Amino acid sequence: MDNAIKMQAKNVDFFYGKNHALKNVNLDVYANKVTAMIGPSGCGKSTFIRLFNRMNELVLHTSFSGKIFLDDLEINSPLVDAVDIRRRVGMVFQKPNPFPKSIFENISYGLEVNGEKDKQFIEERVIESIKKAALWEEVKDRLKESALKLSGGQQQRLCIARCLAVKPEVILFDEPCASLDPISTGKIEELILELKKDYTIVIVTHNMQQAARVSDSTAFFLLGELIEFGKTQDIFTKPRDSKTEAYITGRFG
Amino acid sequence: MKKDFSQNLGFLGLFLCMVVTLLALGAIIYFIAVRGIGVLNWNFLTQVPRSAMTAGGIAPVIVGTLYITFGAIIVALPLGLASAVYLCEYSPKSVVVNIIRISINNLAGVPSVVFGLFGLAVFVKFFGFGVSIFSGSLTLGILALPMIISSAQEALIAVPQSIREASLSLGATKWETIKKIVLPTALPGILTGVILSIGRVAGETAPILFTAAAFYTRGYPKSIFSEVMALPYHIYALMTEGAHPDKQRAIAYGCSLVLLFLVLFISGFAIFLRQRQRSLHG
Repeated sequence: MDNAIKMQAKNVDFFYGKNHALKNVNLDVYANKVTAMIGPSGCGKSTFIRLFNRMNELVLHTSFSGKIFLDDLEINSPLVDAVDIRRRVGMVFQKPNPFPKSIFENISYGLEVNGEKDKQFIEERVIESIKKAALWEEVKDRLKESALKLSGGQQQRLCIARCLAVKPEVILFDEPCASLDPISTGKIEELILELKKDYTIVIVTHNMQQAARVSDSTAFFLLGELIEFGKTQDIFTKPRDSKTEAYITGRFG
Repeated sequence: MKKDFSQNLGFLGLFLCMVVTLLALGAIIYFIAVRGIGVLNWNFLTQVPRSAMTAGGIAPVIVGTLYITFGAIIVALPLGLASAVYLCEYSPKSVVVNIIRISINNLAGVPSVVFGLFGLAVFVKFFGFGVSIFSGSLTLGILALPMIISSAQEALIAVPQSIREASLSLGATKWETIKKIVLPTALPGILTGVILSIGRVAGETAPILFTAAAFYTRGYPKSIFSEVMALPYHIYALMTEGAHPDKQRAIAYGCSLVLLFLVLFISGFAIFLRQRQRSLHG
């Protein structure tokens, strides 16, 4: 893993009220690689990636300590606006969450809120993003239709296209296939492998095969602690920690 | 067998209750229609009253109702919507805010005649707006506020958190998210609430009794500081004042029929909007 570090978590602790959800987590996310977070439900992996785009600020009664860097920028510094961080660090959520707007508007929205006014530029970027998200053939004739008419898998690819349109540097996937069928899941996985050429990717998944298929490095979380972090190949073939081994061999979780 | 019997008896009971309800509704419409239809014609809807309210039409009365109703909505909609957005989206979750919420809900239960007295004391006397469309609209607006706030709050709460997060995750600010995603999504629900309160406000008598309504004005209102005739008060006045009770009574039923149609039409429109919203989001 001799790649540049894109994002870095240092001594991260996080609380929901009194519940200690993350315990002194340190982790590096490498540029243009896929980093997977695995672990049983409630282990803190989703909480952890939501810190990377400051999404947990929206949740009440939480507290956070530690530092998270995007390149050299400490994202929680008082001088940094969460809006700027979220533009650079995009997110695809667990359930497809298109806006109740047209397919086109779903994707142009991000450009508009980021100040883009040039209609032609917007149109080109929308089409480019849909193509990159491998959705173009299915929607090219119905860009004006409501996004809610698409199937779940199509909606999730639309959400990916929406995220790509604002050209973030990092994309966080929070269990992106949790509500999708195997065929749609396959398409999303192919897409992730394709996207890592241009983006740094972090993916939370419940599915260990998925982590093995798409990721370069894997982090195993248990009860808020980062148990083990390393190359995906190593984690799955020769885990150093007995708890990791127990989890990947299916003995608990 | 026994089970079937008690079940059928239960269903029959429910069915009969439903029939009674329908009958009550039907009876209202039937009696008002039978007594009012006689005076209803094009002239009744388009002419001014004549011969001490025993002839001519009720056009200025309908116009007056429309003025104070829409005046009330112009007052209540921006205030109510802004309050609902603040309460739902911005206000810190605290005891104080909860008390405010409960107070707003309680405000909806205040008898409308109390609003009328409040309007008289504050708008007519204290601010000196006189008995006028302006005072009446403000009074009815305050009456409509809690309805509009609670329906707007419900519509805002129904907007899924997930699409707010989606918007924020694209680098939108909270204000952009509210303006461009949350409000448009909640709009049909908000509109439904607004229209239902229009229906309610159009039929209110007590709040305009002391603040806006006159038994008789010559022709149409001249400005927002004029007194007006309005349907609900006009009905009341026709039945209790004047020198020709028999002729007036027929006209009162005609007015009731017009008011009934107006309110039914408005509610029907609200139902139509709600259905359309359901089919869009379903």
